[in-house]
Amino acid sequence: MQVPAPIEYERATSVAHAIALRSQKGDEARFIAGGHSLLPMMKLRLANPKYLIDINDLEELFYIRENGSEVCIGAMSRHRDLLDSDLLAKHFPIFLDAERVIADPTVRNRGTLGGSLCQADPAEDLSAVCTALDASCVITSSEGQRVVPMHDFHVGPYETAVQDNEMLTEVRIPLRPGGGSAYQKVERRAGDWAVVSAGAAVWIDSGIIVDGRVGLAAVGSNTPSIEPAAEALKGATPSEDLFQRVGEIAANNCSPETDGRGTAAYKTHLVQELTRRALRTAVARSQGQEV
Amino acid sequence: MQVNMTVNGAEVNEEIEPRHLLVHFIRDQLGLTGTHWGCDTSNCGTCVVLIDGEPVKSCTQLAAMAGGHEVTTVEGLEVDGVLDPIQEGFMQCHGLQCGFCTPGMMLTARALLNSNPNPTEEVIREAISGQICRCTGYSTIVRSIQWAADHETNVSLRSAS
Repeated sequence: MQVPAPIEYERATSVAHAIALRSQKGDEARFIAGGHSLLPMMKLRLANPKYLIDINDLEELFYIRENGSEVCIGAMSRHRDLLDSDLLAKHFPIFLDAERVIADPTVRNRGTLGGSLCQADPAEDLSAVCTALDASCVITSSEGQRVVPMHDFHVGPYETAVQDNEMLTEVRIPLRPGGGSAYQKVERRAGDWAVVSAGAAVWIDSGIIVDGRVGLAAVGSNTPSIEPAAEALKGATPSEDLFQRVGEIAANNCSPETDGRGTAAYKTHLVQELTRRALRTAVARSQGQEV
Repeated sequence: MQVNMTVNGAEVNEEIEPRHLLVHFIRDQLGLTGTHWGCDTSNCGTCVVLIDGEPVKSCTQLAAMAGGHEVTTVEGLEVDGVLDPIQEGFMQCHGLQCGFCTPGMMLTARALLNSNPNPTEEVIREAISGQICRCTGYSTIVRSIQWAADHETNVSLRSAS
């Protein structure tokens, strides 16, 4: 029987209350949202918090809304909310691609965007999605808020920029014209962690890629944004040759390891191929094609 | 700590350890052993219960987290001696062999029909994709849920579950 070690439990009634509790208890405390990553780790003693702060009552963190030039997503938005959101489907179809293959519908009823990003598992899909979309994370403390871009949010496997007196409260995604995005994942069986995943987003103006990004999952100790891929996309004209070249750049700029899900060589091949496919679909979608 | 919740319509007020998982609370403390305890890793789905009408894997929830909410277990499907159409469907269409996955399958099916009274086979298969039947009797499970959809009565009453 797997049960967590003894803990104390308290329910936060507001973001301010949650942060006050977290500040008071320091690194012995963890927030619990959906709990579908944290509780399994606690059962295995891979995580050993002494104090859990339940943030499921924080209604103020359940939202997905357009706010001027950004889409703002509350950190407690559940996978199901992301999958069902018409706003995200319209602007960022990459969320639908990814959410359809994250775990299963029952798990998606509980797991949250904020929990997924804060878990900082290198194989976690939403981190790759947010990386491709050039998202920013709003981190709140009793002093106020700071905004951290995705590429600075993860500081290592299972480690984020969020400090002991802080909380991830919102994810912001810039809204720019001519955008298209897509996600590709290979898994051993439905609902599994990725063997490799690749997300891509492009913003196209007059046939030229103004900006484009690739986000990968399960390719090494961190969720990388592939800067050389972004450099190759910027100012380029979309073509099969370009998708192929950027796929190769992505494959050459990550370090997957051999494990039960596949060999390093197989995963490197997947990075190249999935990046190519994701880019192709992202470009087609930016041109209004249903893909 | 003290936890209060509604289980199958009845108020429950119990003393628990904060680390207590919902599945063990339901089985060992409330004695409702219809909820099965399977893989312990949120993969198999036999421990699914409804929390406020939504299927949740109770091996991956603390009992404390269900405080203040409405929990429905498989024992709550039957009302006043009348089986839920889902239960009838599993009987009519041989929706189980060993029966171990059945409570989770039926509760997930109940939640599905509450939100979508006429699901396609594809939608049914997607809805139960978080559950494993090791007898691999999926076809009959799908047929059982379709039978229930065709024989749904009193949906308004059921929708409260």
